[in-house]
Amino acid sequence: MRRPDLTLATEDHNTPTLDIDLPIADETSRKQIDTLRANAAEFGVRIHSLGDADQGIVHQVGPQLGLTQPGLTVVCGDSHTSTHGAFGALAFGIGTSEVEHVLATQTLPLAPFKTMAITVDGELPPGTTSKDIILAIIAKIGTGGGQGYVLEYRGEAIRNLSMEARMTICNMSIEAGARAGMIAPDDTTFDYLKGRPHAPEGEDWDAAVEYWRTLRSDDDAEFDAEVVLRAADLEPFVTWGTNPGQGLPLSANVPVPAEIADANERVAAERALEYMGLEPGVPLRDVKVDTVFIGSCTNGRIEDLRSVAKVLKGREKAKDVRVLVVPASARVRLQAEAEGLDAIFKDFGAEWRNAGCSMCLGMNPDQLAPGERSASTSNRNFEGRQGKGGRTHLVSPLVAAATAIRGTLSSLADLDLPGDVDLTTFDGSPLDGVGAPGFDGDAPAVVDLGLPVLSVGPQA
Amino acid sequence: MEKFTVHTGVGVPLRRSNVDTDQIIPAVYLKRITRTGFEDALFSAWRNDPSFVLNQDAYRTGSVLVAGPDFGTGSSREHAVWALKDYGFRVVLASRFADIFRGNSGKQGLVAGVVAQEDIELLWKILETKPGTEVTVDLVERTVHADDITVPFHVDDYTRWRLLEGLDDIGLTLQHQDEISAFEATRASWRPRTLPAKHLPSVEIEAARPTV
Ligand code: SF4
Repeated sequence: MRRPDLTLATEDHNTPTLDIDLPIADETSRKQIDTLRANAAEFGVRIHSLGDADQGIVHQVGPQLGLTQPGLTVVCGDSHTSTHGAFGALAFGIGTSEVEHVLATQTLPLAPFKTMAITVDGELPPGTTSKDIILAIIAKIGTGGGQGYVLEYRGEAIRNLSMEARMTICNMSIEAGARAGMIAPDDTTFDYLKGRPHAPEGEDWDAAVEYWRTLRSDDDAEFDAEVVLRAADLEPFVTWGTNPGQGLPLSANVPVPAEIADANERVAAERALEYMGLEPGVPLRDVKVDTVFIGSCTNGRIEDLRSVAKVLKGREKAKDVRVLVVPASARVRLQAEAEGLDAIFKDFGAEWRNAGCSMCLGMNPDQLAPGERSASTSNRNFEGRQGKGGRTHLVSPLVAAATAIRGTLSSLADLDLPGDVDLTTFDGSPLDGVGAPGFDGDAPAVVDLGLPVLSVGPQA
Repeated sequence: MEKFTVHTGVGVPLRRSNVDTDQIIPAVYLKRITRTGFEDALFSAWRNDPSFVLNQDAYRTGSVLVAGPDFGTGSSREHAVWALKDYGFRVVLASRFADIFRGNSGKQGLVAGVVAQEDIELLWKILETKPGTEVTVDLVERTVHADDITVPFHVDDYTRWRLLEGLDDIGLTLQHQDEISAFEATRASWRPRTLPAKHLPSVEIEAARPTV
């Protein structure tokens, strides 16, 4: 192994989110994790294991430790590595043999990617989030629309987003078929990084920021493809089908396949609706769910939990709806507890779990039963993704929260909020009256950092 | 990767076409966490049949598999190649291979040689009438020799060169050691390293319990 000092391991996909202090019940998972631990020990790789405050989903752990920085090349054997692009890093998922190649050589042979600029102009309407932006983008360009491209998200609406919200967008680049997504680093990025354990300090910090500021596309840069969206047109988005591109505004109705002109899409829609158990033409708002899952590398960060808590606080859960809240990392859990969010979730009747991928992919015991329907803040609604026969609607954290209250797919606009409540207050800022003691949020897992990439431009 | 120039070993006639990856290695074996030790998995369904070619003494130690067209179709699992190699095969000859299988073979040092179907028939005849016949596969000349015949086979130039030199992808990249080291030397000192580890104070994480 060439560079243990540029490598990190964490435990996330199949770790339990309950009873983490007991031996893992599932034998295959236990064996896999034991093997990972043994390998990490043998090769001197830093690992954050279950029970460690820095354990969690790799795409949260890298940023929270300050290991994910602008200008790096970050790879990991997981497709949602695109998340780290939010920092202006080139970050993408790789396969098993490629992981081996990186561990042995700290490089990867690659063909150059094509470039696509996705500009989101203007301001997001209240109650809409970065999740709605990315669901709308995927609905627009399709799940294959980004194939072969690295996407750069830009424009006023993107610049106004927090790091957490940027990560949500870059995370789902892969659902548009793209290899990676990125956002130019700016003051928001630097503010997030400053003071994190692995962020540069003192003079190094100044040198780093000076360099990081250069990591942006030229004003006259030409892209292989361009997409433009107006943020003002967006509203809360939900998926109705079995791929992330089958999404619509929540105010729409379930599509009627007979009305779809394209024969392939029509057949796909028919099949999706059958699997999802949805009647054509029914308002999406009337769709009843059994489970609300709030978590994953897409939306399991502190801001997501804060905005959910703000909605749930003092309200009542819909009967018969199971609500699972799973922080993306143990540090996020600690932070949420320090802010009292866990009490809000528990009072509401939600389950407050330990960190991990959990019901995002149902590789641990957190699964949907056959035919069960979820509103999920994760990123994939494939057949059986959250459990065999499970039906997934991808939603933003705000929609998930409103859905947990009403029991049907809902947004803030559907809640009985006093007339004078400003929807913009349901954001990711801390709740009133709580102090964030000691640390702020997030900490890392398997990631390079600055690996030289052969045959791709000046990556530095 | 081991260099491959000339290999001589017992030829095994596999008179079947469309041998897909599920037949080469069924999915149940993919849960293993190792990358070796798949010899028992190779053709596992067929190996229960006493008349299967690898169950006959003359062929048991075979290392050159002569198969029907479209060998290795189906999934992309690299395990198919691992299983063949673990069993002891160094070469598979067929008139057509599935693309991904051929690619995976090249990466793992298994020669997937394309031989005209009429030559495959000739080889089958020799191997079946004289079980245990050794076959010599010469990658330099790109020829297969068995008994009294010598026939040509095809592998693309790049794969051939890599096999002859014994270079896997990693080996190839490591030929650029100097450039990699030079690049690494330019890494700014403030850039992050995972080691030594830095983090916030560790705090006890309370285990969540089932609520019902
Ligand atoms: S949370 Fe889901 S998408 Fe993210 S890394 Fe885990 S399994 Fe993959």
